[in-house]
Amino acid sequence: MFKNIAFLLFFVSQFIHSQETIKGIVTDENNQPLTGANVFWYNTSIGAITNEKGEFLIEKSTETNLLVVTYIGFETKKVEITSNSISVVLKEVNTLKEVVVSKTQKGTEHSLYKVQNIQVMGQKELLKAACCNLSESFSTNPSIDVNFSDAVTGNRQIKMLGLTSPYILIAEENIPSVRGASQAYGLTFVPGTWVESIQITKGAGSVINGYESISGQINYEVLKPVNDIPFFLNVYGSQDSRYEINTHFNNKFTDKLSSTLFLHGNTRQNRNDMNNDGFLDGPIGKQVNILNRWQYNDAENGIVSFLNVRYMNDEKQAGEMSFNPDIDRLTTNAWGSEINTEKIEISNKTGYVFPDMPYQSFGFQNSFQSHKQDSYFGLSQYDIHQKSFYSNLLFNSIINNTKNKFTTGLNFTYDDYNEFVDVNFSRDFSRIDNSVGAFFEYTYDNSDNFSLVAGARVDNHNRLGTFITPRLHLRYNPWENAVVRASAGRGKRAANIFAENQQLLASNRNFSILNNEGKLYGLNPEIAWNYGLSFIQKFKLVGKDAEVILDYYRTDFQNQAVVDIDASPQDVLFYNLKENSFANSFQAEFSIDLMTHLTFKTAYKYYDVQTQFTRGQLQKPLQAKHRVFGNLAYETHIKDKGQQWKFDVTYNWLGQQRMPFTQNNPMEYRLDEYAPSFGTLNAQITKTFSSTFEVYVGGENMTNYKQKNGIIQNENPFGTYFDSSLIYGPTFGAMYYAGLRFKIK
Amino acid sequence: MKRIVLLVLACFFTLTMVAQEKKSKNKKVEIEVAGNCGMCEKRIEKAAYSVKGVKNAEWHSDHKTIHLVIDETKCSAEDVAKAIAAAGHDTGSVKALDDVYEKLHGCCLYERMK
Repeated sequence: MFKNIAFLLFFVSQFIHSQETIKGIVTDENNQPLTGANVFWYNTSIGAITNEKGEFLIEKSTETNLLVVTYIGFETKKVEITSNSISVVLKEVNTLKEVVVSKTQKGTEHSLYKVQNIQVMGQKELLKAACCNLSESFSTNPSIDVNFSDAVTGNRQIKMLGLTSPYILIAEENIPSVRGASQAYGLTFVPGTWVESIQITKGAGSVINGYESISGQINYEVLKPVNDIPFFLNVYGSQDSRYEINTHFNNKFTDKLSSTLFLHGNTRQNRNDMNNDGFLDGPIGKQVNILNRWQYNDAENGIVSFLNVRYMNDEKQAGEMSFNPDIDRLTTNAWGSEINTEKIEISNKTGYVFPDMPYQSFGFQNSFQSHKQDSYFGLSQYDIHQKSFYSNLLFNSIINNTKNKFTTGLNFTYDDYNEFVDVNFSRDFSRIDNSVGAFFEYTYDNSDNFSLVAGARVDNHNRLGTFITPRLHLRYNPWENAVVRASAGRGKRAANIFAENQQLLASNRNFSILNNEGKLYGLNPEIAWNYGLSFIQKFKLVGKDAEVILDYYRTDFQNQAVVDIDASPQDVLFYNLKENSFANSFQAEFSIDLMTHLTFKTAYKYYDVQTQFTRGQLQKPLQAKHRVFGNLAYETHIKDKGQQWKFDVTYNWLGQQRMPFTQNNPMEYRLDEYAPSFGTLNAQITKTFSSTFEVYVGGENMTNYKQKNGIIQNENPFGTYFDSSLIYGPTFGAMYYAGLRFKIK
Repeated sequence: MKRIVLLVLACFFTLTMVAQEKKSKNKKVEIEVAGNCGMCEKRIEKAAYSVKGVKNAEWHSDHKTIHLVIDETKCSAEDVAKAIAAAGHDTGSVKALDDVYEKLHGCCLYERMK
């Protein structure tokens, strides 16, 4: 009897149970089941989770007939239950799509949430420029313009917002690296394979790294030994007989201590003269570059420390094909130039994060650098040896909570310059510069749609005096997937007029400094204000992820060390700015992921850079007013063993550029007032055979555009009119290269 | 007897003193907080920061917990839980009121905690 009742009860309970259960299925808009979706009665804790078929069972509730269905990445849906079975279709949310995009890692990332206008170029982007050093890494980035500085040394110069590299603060892991003596060739002394990522900040940067930045900051991070692979090899060779080799050896000694040895060598020995001007197209020479990097990581105690020891020796020879330095050096037998540079660097940085306060930390950076350049250009000589010491102590913490952060600290810079210039005059400009500064930077973030960084620093410099550098950055997200940024700031610097304008030494111009009351070669410090406005909108265009970026920046000089090559084609004048000098730049960029793995990016750039020269208020020479950039990148889907193809094409179009004044030269040595517009095309194909081995081939300047008469009076380089510095485009034609990368993981 | 009482009292005193000394200015606390989406995250963190003494607040949607660093001399974990519940999100110890929950945005309707 008892058994029967029990059986009956069991049966009844089963019966009741099945009556009160709702059965359902959850799918997305494409009718694909959603596994693990959360289903629960509104305002209760009674819920269920869908199985792998998207199905769920839930007991009927006595409190409500409203069922809520949620799934990450989809819109939450509230449905009224009227029957015992239901099917729910969830709509995908766009905002989460954005998270997915950032995970597929673009080559260059534009943040919607950082306060400053910073773009991060990752490894993927850096590999698009196969060769070879930092000065060539920016060819696929529309924010930075790269051009040749002269027809002799093959050196590339970078520009940002229409201003050349001296106005950009270039730092290696936040320690200023390309400055002073290394301004002209410094970027070519950093092999591309050493670089982990590059951060490009447009406009007034942070006050933490100093007062010198005017148009922007470029910071590059070197590979960290703790994440590095045991062995890396890169070999490169090009049609113009340039060969490069990079090897990295990594060893992890303990779980805390690791080290990488970076070895780089490059050489070019063949004498090429593809444009038949009697001069070498590119310099011949060699470079040895060694970096040993140690990292100590103690996560438990919050300590990270790096030690870098580096040695670099670079030798370049340029000039006429027949030039033999042993016999012809500093004679009029043949025109030639040698530039020999030796660099030694030791740096350390240590960070300490308070274990119980993840938002509070100390940082201490110290760097010693010796940069020695001995060089001659025809009959002119230029030697500079800079020994510098840089020290920076930082403290990061919060005020009340992490919505209010601050960084404060002290830094110290010491520069001992031994500089000797022998041009139309001969003078020793040796000097010692030093500065001490203190800074404070406050960051407010409402953890939603607004943040600001306000910083200021006070410095005392033996030549620049005591001065304040204020900087301000704002960020606001007015609506979804959009950001507006504004910035303003002041910069001040001591121009190294000879080191920064070395390309002019490859001419027969007479150098004159028109002022003599200043403390910097007779000139006053350069002071400029930079203001910027930027807008980014990410959106979907016919279902494809797209992005529009609009940037406007203005730099206003209060004083500038004006370099005037317009007064006469036989002169270069340096003088303090009279009246106006400014640079306006506008950039519109559009990119779209046309299909999976196919990205198109295009940009239009407008520059209006004017200075008051002796000949009047003029556009800066050798600067295109209009520029167009286009890049198409495609990669195949990565197969099991890592096999993949990658294709990358970059097109650059430069509008007319004003050429410096040459109208009082004899007829045959005159240039047109404006250089013609032209376009160049670069392309690269990479074939990855496995995750450890890949080869690449590519071409630069494939449209084969050549500037004619790159060197004025090349037939008589000791004549009055000789000038190789009036370069607006490539001086030799297409160049093809190939290389390979091999890794041991 | 008196001695024992004194001893116990002394022990008690030192204990409370130790307990008081342990009030950390940078105490790490984790609280369970229910929620769904990015909007929830902003609302939860905003509520946490509204409590004086909260130095850092990060809500993780995958674990449904908020990681806090608080100054215990100024507030307690319970104060933060109350503030979050008042904004409409259930926490391990304090539950949100039904009428606040019902006013949340459609995407924020989370499964109530027991």
